Amino acid sequence: MALDRWLALVILGICLAYGYAAWFTMDGSLAPFMKRNPIWPSTFPKVLSVLGIIAALVILLGLEKAEPKEADIDYRRLGEYNLGQALLLLALMVAYALCLRPLGFLISTSALLILGSFILGERKWHIMLPVAVIAAVSVWYLVQVVLGIYMRPLPGILGG
Amino acid sequence: MLEGLLVGLQTAFSIQNLLMVIGGCLIGTFIGMLPGLGPMSIIAIMIPIAISMGDPSAALILLAGVYYGAIFGGSTSSILLNAPGVAGTVASSFDGYPMARQGKAGKALTVAAIASFAGGTIGALLLMIFAPALSSVALLFHSAEYFALMVVGLSAIAAFAGTGQVAKALVMTLLGLIMATVGEGALFNLPRFTMGIMDLQSGFGFITLAMAMFALPEALFLVLKPKDLQGDDGKIKELRITGQEAKAIAPVIGRQSLQGFFIGVLPGAGATIASFLGYAVERNIAPKKEQDEFGKGSVKGLAAPETANNAACTGSFVPLLTLGIPGSGTTAILLGALIALNVTPGPRLMVDDPQIFWAVIMSMFIGNLVLLVLNLPLIPYIAKILTVPRNYLIPFILFFTLMGAYIGQNNATELLILVGFGICATALKFADYPLAPLLIGFILGAMMENNFARSMQLYDGVSFIWERPMTLGLLAIAVILVVLPSYRARRAKARQDGVADGD
Repeated sequence: MALDRWLALVILGICLAYGYAAWFTMDGSLAPFMKRNPIWPSTFPKVLSVLGIIAALVILLGLEKAEPKEADIDYRRLGEYNLGQALLLLALMVAYALCLRPLGFLISTSALLILGSFILGERKWHIMLPVAVIAAVSVWYLVQVVLGIYMRPLPGILGG
Repeated sequence: MLEGLLVGLQTAFSIQNLLMVIGGCLIGTFIGMLPGLGPMSIIAIMIPIAISMGDPSAALILLAGVYYGAIFGGSTSSILLNAPGVAGTVASSFDGYPMARQGKAGKALTVAAIASFAGGTIGALLLMIFAPALSSVALLFHSAEYFALMVVGLSAIAAFAGTGQVAKALVMTLLGLIMATVGEGALFNLPRFTMGIMDLQSGFGFITLAMAMFALPEALFLVLKPKDLQGDDGKIKELRITGQEAKAIAPVIGRQSLQGFFIGVLPGAGATIASFLGYAVERNIAPKKEQDEFGKGSVKGLAAPETANNAACTGSFVPLLTLGIPGSGTTAILLGALIALNVTPGPRLMVDDPQIFWAVIMSMFIGNLVLLVLNLPLIPYIAKILTVPRNYLIPFILFFTLMGAYIGQNNATELLILVGFGICATALKFADYPLAPLLIGFILGAMMENNFARSMQLYDGVSFIWERPMTLGLLAIAVILVVLPSYRARRAKARQDGVADGD
């Protein structure tokens, strides 16, 4: 089975779970006065779940014939591309999300930019370091000082 | 009217107000380029400054300049990085980004600048002529019609995904709608589908989703398969548009200025719907040969949404100024600013404070001109962003993607959601699912459900569908749009088979 049909199966699962939640779990807790309303919070989701299930089935069963197209990247040969780099970058983004609060904006962002270039194969430290630090500080300055949106600049223990 | 025009000119051409327009456009453009800060947030940030000026005309002129600048600046990041920071410029990335990939970034930005200018200017002209009359038309539109209009928009989007792809586009649209139901709805104030997670209480963030659908998969694709960002010779070529292309986009600009303006006039529709519908309409009426170009870097496909969203921004001032009804979040903030300045927009505005009304219209012309003059010479430099070495560009794209999601919510969980959706979006992209319909469904989903719910309550059931002819007509168009392409494809295929059998 091709990837698009596997994904259709996953989507079908999502729609079924969503439909179950909409049809069977939501109406019970509704306040009595709301039951007199012609529309309930679950009405629209109910319609959506049915339509979603139908559309996902159409793809899953291959009812609509599509001409095969030359894809930009062939997922069957994923190993031949720079998969490692992509996965490392994703891990880096997750780490950034987790570190942003505890480590503060300036350190996390500089680290993200430096490690990002490093993963992609850059080794010119004398360019990487200043570029990353200048970018982090100037974005922080713009957002915090000019626009007035608070972002913790330094780690909490340093009083940032 | 002539008298009003002269009053407006006099007010708008004072040194202070000219500086306000220029300053507003500049601020809007530069901040608008940062993904994550849309016109609404920029205007909200500028309000304290505007109010402290004390002069309502100057304040409104400044804010209108910021608004235009932000819409224009937002299209820059859509075109260059496929990272639309504003819902209204999502459609610009459909053709703008492929153009930039082919090394025509300069040309794409030029087309965008010219289309925006034309859309904004024609919109302002229309506003000048029709504002008083249009306010009554806008009131004819009922929530039932809004609902139907959005259904038309969504099915147009699904339909132009191309032959053999309609089901996939439909699935993605529905997924978008489903995602829009997560969180608290405006009409029910009940948390739905949050699975008890507090961070989902307010639903998924639009910027998070936009970044996850467009910017992140694109960046991952660049990592997976390194290729030159600027085409073959690494140079930015074809900066100017040719006479032929100018001829091709002229009718598009004309049509979309009108259409965009009138969609913008309807409260609640606004620049987003105008740009999507504009793209869909232009694609559907283009000749077959050009239709295939759409999505692969068509000049028309870029000009259409760019014109429409600017014209719609102008149009959205009609209900604000003449009825005092803000049609979008942005104009709602403007309304707040006006009230704080002791001006009450509404039918009396043109009688009581004509200088404000006309000064705003005049400053729209000036603002558009300023944007064009400022941006055309800057385009080669802005396009240079793409010549930054890949090893630096990609981390920066990732950083701005994360930033965009973070600034709006100040919530680090949003970043984890971003990465998660980004991975899903990449998988969907591998399997050739179109991602734009999902985002469009998500953007329109909440509005659609609210309008649907409102009309259900007004009519105590679904009878509004057949009792209101306009609603029924719009819904019929929507059905035709979905069914027609697959029917046509089937017939074409049958004919092909028939010919083959006959031989």
